[in-house]
Amino acid sequence: MSEVRVEGLTKAYGPTKALDDVTLTFPEGGFFGLLGPSGSGKTTLLRAIAGFVQPDHGRIFIGDQPVEGTAVEDRNIGMVFQSYALFPNMTVAENVAFGLEVRRVPSGDRARRVAEVLELVQLGPLGNRKPQDLSGGQRQRVAMARAIVTRPRVLLLDEPLSALDRALRVDMQIELKRIQREVGITTIFVTHDQEEALTLSDQIGILKDGRLVRHGPPRAVYDDPQDAFTAHFLGEANILTGRVEAQGLRLTDGTLLPGVTTARIALRPEALTASIEQPATPHRLQARLVQRIFSGAMGTCILDWQGQTLKLTAPDRALAALPETGGPQVWLSWPAGAALPLRDPR
Amino acid sequence: MIRHAFARAYLGLILIFLYAPIAVMAVMSLNASEFYALPFRFSTEWYERLFTNDEILAAAWRSVWIAVVVAIIATALGTMATLALWRHDFPGKRILQALLFPPIAVPWLITGTAMLIFFFGVGIGRGTPAVIIGHVALALPYVIVTVFARMQSFDRALEEAARSLGARPLTVARKVILPHAAPGIIAGALFAFAVSFDQFVVSYFLAEPGDSTLPVLIYSAIRKGFTPEINAVSTIIILISMAVMVLAARYAKFGGTR
Repeated sequence: MSEVRVEGLTKAYGPTKALDDVTLTFPEGGFFGLLGPSGSGKTTLLRAIAGFVQPDHGRIFIGDQPVEGTAVEDRNIGMVFQSYALFPNMTVAENVAFGLEVRRVPSGDRARRVAEVLELVQLGPLGNRKPQDLSGGQRQRVAMARAIVTRPRVLLLDEPLSALDRALRVDMQIELKRIQREVGITTIFVTHDQEEALTLSDQIGILKDGRLVRHGPPRAVYDDPQDAFTAHFLGEANILTGRVEAQGLRLTDGTLLPGVTTARIALRPEALTASIEQPATPHRLQARLVQRIFSGAMGTCILDWQGQTLKLTAPDRALAALPETGGPQVWLSWPAGAALPLRDPR
Repeated sequence: MIRHAFARAYLGLILIFLYAPIAVMAVMSLNASEFYALPFRFSTEWYERLFTNDEILAAAWRSVWIAVVVAIIATALGTMATLALWRHDFPGKRILQALLFPPIAVPWLITGTAMLIFFFGVGIGRGTPAVIIGHVALALPYVIVTVFARMQSFDRALEEAARSLGARPLTVARKVILPHAAPGIIAGALFAFAVSFDQFVVSYFLAEPGDSTLPVLIYSAIRKGFTPEINAVSTIIILISMAVMVLAARYAKFGGTR
C-alpha cells in the first residue's frame, strides 16, 4: 500500500500526445477513478504506472520509489484487465496462486492465502473450476483475487467492469468497493463510464487529449466543474453564454442573471424547475417547450431557447402541470447557487 | 432437401475419388493371388513375407527414426522461429516471413536437385545426415505455419497479466505462452513427421544406395517388378500417415473443436 505519484508525464505516439505533462497524486489507500473519452490517455496513464508504457518524459513514484527504470514484474503491482486475462490452462486456484508461486511463497502458506482471498471475493468453493466454466462476474472476482493476493503496493484496474451486462455491473461495483475497502489498497481505476467513476471513486481525474483537465472528489468536481468539457463529460449540462455586465450576466435574449461573474455558466438539467407562471426569482429564463418525455419515475423536458436545445430532468410528478406535447413558452428557474461558473477560455 | 442430397452425393464422389485407389490396393494386399486375379481369396501371406523381409524392415525402421529426428529438430527450430516472429518486430521481418512460405510451393524435385548440388558443394554429400537436413528444411515451413496460426489466438493481456504478477520473461514463456502454443507445436511436430516419413523425392536424391528409406525402397522394388508385398507395405504406410494426419488435425483444430 503506497501513494502513487506521477510528475510531468508525457508520452507521444507519432504526432499525437497520449499523455501531455500529467502531474497527479493518487492518495494512499484511496480509490482513484481516471475518466475521459476514448483516446484521452487514461489507459496510457494506467499502463505507464504499470510499466507497459515507457513515458518519454516525467517521473513515476510508487511510495517514495521512482519506478521509471523498473520492469513491470519488479514493480509489485496488481492489475485487472478488461478481458480479465485469466490463464485458461490453470484452475481458479492456480490462477490466484500464480503470483505467489513466482514469488516462491512456500506451498502451505500459498494455499492458505489463496483460500483466504477466494473467501474474500466469495468464490470459496470454486477453486478447482477452469476459468471457461465461470460466469462473467465470477471471472471478474477471480481476476481481482489474483491481483490482490500478492499484497501489491497499488491495484490497477483497466475498465474492469465493461465486459459485464448492466445489472451485474452495478452488483460488481458494490463488490469492488467492498473488496477495496477491506484490503485498503491504493487503487487506480480507468473507466469511460462516468456513473461508475462517481459511484466508486474517492477521487476522480478527468483527462482530455492527454491532459489532466480536472481532479478532485467526485462531488466537488460535479458541483463545480469549472470548464465546459468537465461539465459535459461528468453528468449533463446546459451551457449558457452571455456578456458580463456590472449587475450580472446579460444573456443573448436580454435576460439578466444577477450575481453571475463569468461569461458562461452551466446549468444541470436536474437543477431546473419548469413552470407556466413567471416565478418570483431573478434566476430564470423563458424557453419554448419542445417535448416532454415520460420515462418512469423521472421525466425529461426538451426546450428550445434562442435556437439552443436545453434539457430539464425532474420527477415526473413535478412536471404534471406541463403539456405533453410542445409549443408553449414556459419559465425555467433555478436556485441561485445552481448556475455553475465556467472559467475556461472558449 | 435437393441441395442437401446433392451436397451429400458430391462429398461421396470426392471421397470415392480420393480413397478408391487406396482401398483397391489395401484389398489386393490381402488377396492370395500374385497377379491380382479374382475371385478374391483372403490371405495374409504378403504381410507375413513383409515381416520376414530384412531389407524392407531396415528401410521402415530408418524411415521412422529419421522422421522422429526430423520432427524433433524441425519443431524445435520452427517453434523458436515462430515465437521470435510473433513476439518481436525487427527490420526485414516481413521479408523473412514472406520467404518462409515459397519452399512449400517449389516442386520437391527441384528442391531435391538444389539440395544435392548444394550438399556436394559444401562437402556434406549424400547420406543420412543429408537426408535429415533436407527433410528438416522441407518440414520447417509447415511447423512455422501451424504454430504461428495457433499464436494468433493468444491474448497478449495474458502475458501482461503474468508480468504484472511478477513473472520474469522465461517464466512467462514456460507457464503462459508455451501451454497456449502446445497444440500448435504438437500438430507441427506431426506434420514434420509426416513430411519426412512420406518423403520420396528428396530422400531419393540424398540417400546413399543401400541406405534408403521406405518410400525409396518401394520405388526401386516397383521398378524390378510389382509384387503384392508392395501393396502390403504401402497399406501400412498409408495407415500410419493417416493416423498422424488425423492427430495433427485434431491438435491444429482443422474443422470442429476439441
